[in-house]
Amino acid sequence: METPDSASQAWAIEVQGLTKSFGNHLALKGVELRVREGEFLTIFGPNGSGKTTLIKVLATIMKPSSGNVRVAGFDLRDSPVPIRRKIGVVSHQTFLYDDLTAFENLKFYGRMYDVPNLEARIHEVITKVGLASRLHHQVRTLSRGMQQRLSIARAVLHRPSIMLLDEPETGLDQYATARLREVLDTLSAENGTVIMTTHRLEYGLEMGDQVAILAGGRIAYQESKQSLDVDSLRQTYYRLTGTTR
Amino acid sequence: MKKFLGKVLTILWKDILSELRTRDIVVSVLVFALLVIVIFNFAFEPERVGLVAAGILWVALTFAGVLGLSRSFVLEKDKDCLEGLMLCPVDREVIYFGKMLGSLTFILVVAVIVLPIFFILFNLPIFRPELVLIVVLATIGFASVGTLFSALAVNTKAREIMLPILFFPIVAPVIIAAVKATGLVFAGESWSSLSSWLQIMAAFDIIFLVVSSLVFEFIVEE
Repeated sequence: METPDSASQAWAIEVQGLTKSFGNHLALKGVELRVREGEFLTIFGPNGSGKTTLIKVLATIMKPSSGNVRVAGFDLRDSPVPIRRKIGVVSHQTFLYDDLTAFENLKFYGRMYDVPNLEARIHEVITKVGLASRLHHQVRTLSRGMQQRLSIARAVLHRPSIMLLDEPETGLDQYATARLREVLDTLSAENGTVIMTTHRLEYGLEMGDQVAILAGGRIAYQESKQSLDVDSLRQTYYRLTGTTR
Repeated sequence: MKKFLGKVLTILWKDILSELRTRDIVVSVLVFALLVIVIFNFAFEPERVGLVAAGILWVALTFAGVLGLSRSFVLEKDKDCLEGLMLCPVDREVIYFGKMLGSLTFILVVAVIVLPIFFILFNLPIFRPELVLIVVLATIGFASVGTLFSALAVNTKAREIMLPILFFPIVAPVIIAAVKATGLVFAGESWSSLSSWLQIMAAFDIIFLVVSSLVFEFIVEE
């Protein structure tokens, strides 16, 4: 059984000099980032700034081109499998199979993660996202908001200690946003770590303890929430990303 | 090993369940294979059929098989389910073997339906155990290479064209060996005369199962 490096355990996520290129295009140009256990970091950035690429690298879906990344104390290159056990990912895509029912989707992912007492856990998470009455409905028959709620259930099924959220509010209705908030509050109460990307400044500032701005493939700004208000964040964001209202 | 196999079978279970709901792969592959056999049945004179029967059978199975293989990762691409699979705490080889077993199962199901119809239409002996082994070995070869290239092609714009272009040159040795071995079976030859073709197919299967499972990681992560 692989164990995390004890020197890195205080940091849930450590990123040093991370680059990721696609052919000649450099999407991440030396990202430096540290997130403590229990912290909620919101990363803002315009389209094409590298937010999704960063989440995919942290989630072990993509290999970094260079740099060092440690998640939950494990090195990304050497120990991707233990990292995957520790993380839950909610993206704007649901990762759900349309032709299977909600129950079958959760059963499939639960088996892949070796979730103990799987059926009881499925009922627990499906109730938490308010979809108990739709448990045996095919995913294709659920609305976009319901599918995204089911996606949240999928992401927390194996009790991850780190959540990676890539613009999770996309397609969420108010009810689903509230359920996501509850799930994240529960995770925070259990000292869970969250990294969330978004381009909605108010929403991201409200959710996070720390905020960072990813611009041009680099972390151009990182600050604690206490020293910030929406207006000053907005000005900094527009200045660093070169975007306008 | 037990855990590895358990995860592979979980992916297979998911693919079979999905297929039972939609019948996307088996029905399209089956219809294509049957059409090819029926058309060839009318194209050749009965006395010449014996010479070309093996070729007809493998044209039907391989071209139909490509249809099924191309669908294999299209289902995973929908809603980015492949990324969901890649998030699971398993090595990439598990995903490869799970998907490969799914494709293998669907092609074998089609073969089980197609073969008796083929024998009846072409007036050939119904069952020869040698033929079962040839079909299984050749299908493993198709599925091992096809799963890899299906994962590669699914991210390209012209995936329907890309898969056959990549697939057929690589599986040519298996197709040739299968056609030759099947021709010998139809001619009533003994096991010993087939052995060299069977060995070629077995060697191909082993090499490409190992190579494809190792290369798969780079294809899905890059």
